[in-house]
Amino acid sequence: MQDVVSIKDNHIVLPDGSIEKQTTTLNLGPTHPATHGVFQNILEMDGERIVSAKQTIGYIHRAFEKIAERRPLYQITPLTDRMNYCSSPINNIGWHTTCEKLLKIQTPKRVDYLRVIIMELARISDHLICNSVVGVDAGAFTGFLYVMQYRELIYEIYESICGSRLTTNIGRIGGFERNFTNVTWEKLERFLKEYPKALKELDDLLLRNRIFMERTIGAGPISAERALNYGFTGPNLRAAGVDYDVRVHSPYCSYQDFDFKVPVGSTGDCYDRFLVRDQEMWQSMKIIEQAYQKIQDFKGEEAEVYHADVPDYYLPEKKDVYTKMESLIWHFKIIMGEIDMPVGEVYHCVEGGNGELGFYLISDGGRTPYRLHFRRPCFIYYQAYEELVKGAMLSDAVITMSSLNLIAGEMDS
Amino acid sequence: MTTLTDRAKPVNRKPMTFLESIYLWNIFLGMIITIKHFFKKKATVQYPEQTRSYSPVFRGVQILNRDEEGRERCTACGLCALACPAEAITMEAAERMPGEEHLYREEKYAAKYEINMLRCIFCGFCEEACPKDAIYLSETHAPPAYNRKNFIYNKKDLLIPDPVTQPEEYAQAKGLREISKKNK
Ligand code: SF4
Ligand code: SF4
Repeated sequence: MQDVVSIKDNHIVLPDGSIEKQTTTLNLGPTHPATHGVFQNILEMDGERIVSAKQTIGYIHRAFEKIAERRPLYQITPLTDRMNYCSSPINNIGWHTTCEKLLKIQTPKRVDYLRVIIMELARISDHLICNSVVGVDAGAFTGFLYVMQYRELIYEIYESICGSRLTTNIGRIGGFERNFTNVTWEKLERFLKEYPKALKELDDLLLRNRIFMERTIGAGPISAERALNYGFTGPNLRAAGVDYDVRVHSPYCSYQDFDFKVPVGSTGDCYDRFLVRDQEMWQSMKIIEQAYQKIQDFKGEEAEVYHADVPDYYLPEKKDVYTKMESLIWHFKIIMGEIDMPVGEVYHCVEGGNGELGFYLISDGGRTPYRLHFRRPCFIYYQAYEELVKGAMLSDAVITMSSLNLIAGEMDS
Repeated sequence: MTTLTDRAKPVNRKPMTFLESIYLWNIFLGMIITIKHFFKKKATVQYPEQTRSYSPVFRGVQILNRDEEGRERCTACGLCALACPAEAITMEAAERMPGEEHLYREEKYAAKYEINMLRCIFCGFCEEACPKDAIYLSETHAPPAYNRKNFIYNKKDLLIPDPVTQPEEYAQAKGLREISKKNK
């Protein structure tokens, strides 16, 4: 792409041959169907080419960080659901592990593995949506419909554990609210068996298709250096060629026990991002299979563990609450948020669906966080958006946006 | 390229082969896949004629529970309202008068109990918080309404049918959920 425009003193200088003052201002968003969320871009267009793009943020800002300052720890989980809603279990578990870091709670291995299964399922559903939507934006709608069944199956797995599909609120501080049932395991086995075929099919439809390749290769590229300067993480950084993965660099939830590869791209364009996400789904499958095997190996008492022993934060069993005074008192204390947190400051990050999802929690020893900050990867990607689309065609801007996997809920928090 | 770990695995980004670049071959392959799908079992559920069964722990619209004798279980302790992250629940407590023992299980009961369905996020914390097994989330959705007032559910909307006088409706509303053993 040659350098089409330059901006001098806020004045757009057009390339030779273009007619002066003939650029069009185009509002892409905030509710444009092609943007998959509440994004607004004010594009300056020279014909089909984008001269400049101004991103607007804040259309669905809900002040989560402020709300969190008035909530006991357990009530913050439903807020995290609503950030990246394509993979809310990762947000939930990320938040729980942050709390556990502050409260110095050790979780049993089985809990870690159960969490790994749920998080990898969430990663698959996130990538599945992203990749198939890249296909949709390139004009290939069919693949999207075929893989939807398997996202549905993943949602059913969530539903059998926590009772909800999208805003999961899954897990509690210390583990899960209930053990996985037989239905859950059956569905998981079905997923492990059938899903690779569906993913193969999506690959067959898109990966080596000439139209798809020509649409995505070279669209919205970013170099590794620029990506690092912006603070890219996750699949978008890996597509640019840096193999940074939180699961490998600072393992949480026993990720060090698993053997998996980190797919990396080279040019950071849409095609690389597509390939990286695609390969990551295959790696996630491997992780889930390993975790499933490991869980089968637990015997006796250990095979029933689904939460850590933290009476200060994990609710006592309901049948004890109905009958025993001691349990009832603890139950009241936990629900009312009467338990003071230790004073401290923690940063914890997990590899979210589209990058490093961080939680920065400061506690002054009260019952609610003194300050909580979410490091939301989408917010960072969106800043680079102008650089990615400048000089490109309008249709490339749409495909770039979906291949960055921008989620409005996460961007605005 | 320097790598940070020994786990990096470059993705396969080989250039288009000649066969791929003439495209006809890909059209053919794609058509085979789509045509195969014609003959597969349909994945869709024909809602509303057919419905998919939800899991027993599904978090739908709230129900106020009664005990076996049909007495209201809620004792207006207020824990559910405290646990609610959306601040959707309000209640007013009243004392049980002599002669009302057949209506209310405990000495104190909720004279007024309201959930604002437009605030509720169906997180399930009220069910988890209740120490009296008095509220739980059922397997049905909240029905639509035309104005905001109708979304404020009061006791009349929330109470489960009486198991003594209307056993069938009670069983239906209760669903598959084993209420008191839920945490197990
Ligand atoms: S489900 Fe959650 S939001 Fe709704 S009333 Fe219960 S606690 Fe409140
Ligand atoms: S529903 Fe349960 S938690 Fe809420 S006031 Fe009644 S007894 Fe207390």
